[in-house]
Amino acid sequence: MQNHIYLPLAAGFALCATGTLAQTPVLQVMTYDSFVSEWGPGPAIKTAFEETCGCEVQFIGTGDGAALLARLQLEGPRTEADIVLGLDTNLTAAARETGLFAPHGVEADLDLPIAWDDPDFLPFDWSYFAFVGNAGAEAPTSLRELADSDIRIVIQDPRSSTPGLGLLMWVKTAYPDTAAELWADLADNIVTVTPGWSEAYGLFLEGEADAVLSYTTSPAYHVIAEDDDTKVAWAFDEGHYMQVEVAAKVATTDQPELADQFLAFMVTEGFQSIIPETNWMYPAVVPADGLPAGFDTLITPDTALLLSPEDAAAIREEALDEWRNALSQ
Amino acid sequence: MAQRAVAIAPRWPGAIAAALVLVLTIGTLVAVGWRAEWQRGLSPADWVVIRFTLHQALVSATLSVLLAIPVARALARRQFTGRKALITLLGAPFLLPVIVAVIGLIAVFGRSGVVNTGLAWLGLPLVSIYGFHGVVLAHVFFNLPLAIRLILQGWLSIPAERFRLAASLNMPVGRLLEWPMLRNIVPGAFLVIFLICLTSFAVALTLGGGPRATTVELAIYQALRFDFDLGRAAMLAAIQFGLCAAAAALVWRVTSVDALGAGLDRVVQRWDLRWPLLDYLMIALVAVFLLMPLTMIIWRGVPGLALMPASIWAAAGRSIIVAACSALLCVTMALGLALRGGSLIAVLGVLPLAASGLVVGTGAFLLVYPFINPARLALPITILVNATLALPFALRAITPSVDAIQRDFGRLGASLGLTGWAFVRIVVLPRIRRPLGFGAGLAAALSMGDLGVITLFAGEAEETLPLAMFRLMGAFRMEAASGAALLLLALSFAAFWLCDRGGRADADL
Repeated sequence: MQNHIYLPLAAGFALCATGTLAQTPVLQVMTYDSFVSEWGPGPAIKTAFEETCGCEVQFIGTGDGAALLARLQLEGPRTEADIVLGLDTNLTAAARETGLFAPHGVEADLDLPIAWDDPDFLPFDWSYFAFVGNAGAEAPTSLRELADSDIRIVIQDPRSSTPGLGLLMWVKTAYPDTAAELWADLADNIVTVTPGWSEAYGLFLEGEADAVLSYTTSPAYHVIAEDDDTKVAWAFDEGHYMQVEVAAKVATTDQPELADQFLAFMVTEGFQSIIPETNWMYPAVVPADGLPAGFDTLITPDTALLLSPEDAAAIREEALDEWRNALSQ
Repeated sequence: MAQRAVAIAPRWPGAIAAALVLVLTIGTLVAVGWRAEWQRGLSPADWVVIRFTLHQALVSATLSVLLAIPVARALARRQFTGRKALITLLGAPFLLPVIVAVIGLIAVFGRSGVVNTGLAWLGLPLVSIYGFHGVVLAHVFFNLPLAIRLILQGWLSIPAERFRLAASLNMPVGRLLEWPMLRNIVPGAFLVIFLICLTSFAVALTLGGGPRATTVELAIYQALRFDFDLGRAAMLAAIQFGLCAAAAALVWRVTSVDALGAGLDRVVQRWDLRWPLLDYLMIALVAVFLLMPLTMIIWRGVPGLALMPASIWAAAGRSIIVAACSALLCVTMALGLALRGGSLIAVLGVLPLAASGLVVGTGAFLLVYPFINPARLALPITILVNATLALPFALRAITPSVDAIQRDFGRLGASLGLTGWAFVRIVVLPRIRRPLGFGAGLAAALSMGDLGVITLFAGEAEETLPLAMFRLMGAFRMEAASGAALLLLALSFAAFWLCDRGGRADADL
């Protein structure tokens, strides 16, 4: 049998772990997968924070924002994570309920289009959900107009992806009483519903749909990294629902000072200037030099829509049922 | 079932393998259920999901098997140049990582794919791949190769002597030889494919066109990821096992046992061949259907190869190690189980197929977590789970040969005092090289493309190739991701080919 070879292997790993722990303090940041990847903000932020903290930053990457919360719940109070980074406001009510988080205690001057006073969760970036289509093609100016048109879109499943859930909240906030009707009219526009953002965006780039549910900041990637201005986000009259990504300190952390230091660092220039061109979102605090060139080409919605975490959690079940019924016809 | 004369081969490796399979399938389910706070029962929406899951699996498996029969027959009775290469190539779709295959299918059948471009050029209405038929199309694309391979093996296992006898007596080959063989082989092939489709997740979700096309596996995903409702996830996973058990019980009832004697492995000569054109047409059609998406993956992937980051090679190296280890582990487990024999195998041979990959991953996490940080075990656990999930295929490949060897040589071995490891080494291993190589190849390729367990465990340093490809897609880099998909396709196929060829090095045996 082969499995006995893993025992010494496992023991070796365990030894390595205790070895590093003894030398420099380690801050473990649990976050979503694309944050950790070599194109995400993770590597640069690790370097920047390690220059000042005299510590080592270790990322624990796991799926997307929803998977992140599930992972934390699996681990419970015994988690090794000191910071959880990457939840959004649709998830923070459930996160708060776990009782695993401690207040952040950071006073920061945030550049969000809405007021922020959450004692536990501190934003690090944000953007608006939007449909991204091709420049020059027919562009609707509202959710209603999109639903009445023949335009073909691809969206994400609200049961498995955070943008998918965001659209659900967007429709529900814009049409509190007639969300079901809007979904029924949208049904014939929807080419397919994908499990996650990547599949949907890939289908759009392959030409399978006229537009894809993404963010107002997504075209910035094409402009800045590919010098391609053919992708545009559609501005809608109803306003755009926001995604605010937050981080928080785990109450059971064994590095409380380091965790506080990291959260304070998160809303400074050193962290915030990395965000726009790696996470393709707006920084929660705009750096002194302003946003990178290319971000000025983006649409800026007049109305920002956002439910409080508690409201979002309260209406989720009903909104999901409306969505499922309308699209199952 | 043939009576085993003597227990001549060692039995404890089979016991360990069986325990491992049980821990990873049932044990992980119990671990998830244990942690659950039971909240609610099944909703009406859940029943819709279960109905859809069964419906699509039934249609997909039926179509795959029905299509495979004439193709397997054509391949079995015709000889042409490139036949062997074609049979190997036709196996490719089954080895593809789901996400790569979906990209290939969309490139052919999608809105701007080859087929619709052709239809538009001819002025005909376009077809849409999204919906129930899209799910079935994708499942047939994946599983037709497996069905062809399994049924072809059945055809090739009919001894030449019987065809000779039938010809000399002027008796119909179809009713006397082929029909009993099909009755023996087809239910098993159907069951395997039905179970694969039953637990499908990404295919249904990407091509299904909306919440109508929701499988039980997606409901499990939602319960685990969004609702953190472990009780619901465990309940749905148990339902999946229940459906599997019901299907398996049904299939075993209709499977008949082959009662005619063995032959002398002569090359089959046929005297009943008419309609060669029809056979070749069948082969050509299926080859086009299966190979066109592969061609598109290569076509799209080549420009992306240059855009891939350097880290992709490290990820590819890690994937190769994972694939090699899980192939080795998988065939070792399969051999241990096959030597032990008995009805246990029949159960263990399908159990991993019915397991929900997500529940296995989550359960493994819960089992490991009290002792060690799971991120440190990402690769070993991936190897273990992949080996277990590929076990049904390896087992199916080697069990008939091992049974036959024990039947034919067991008494001889015992009378010569050739027992235990010596019997395995001298008598069994040389005789099962072919199916063993095939099983190892399947396990290696399936493990190479797996993106299930690793996402739950991986940290920074344990990125495998499918995960690297997914991260490229997540970072807008779709072209580089197509390059990585091509690399993944090449590696999966190479892994399969190497093992399969290795097993056939002295195929004259």
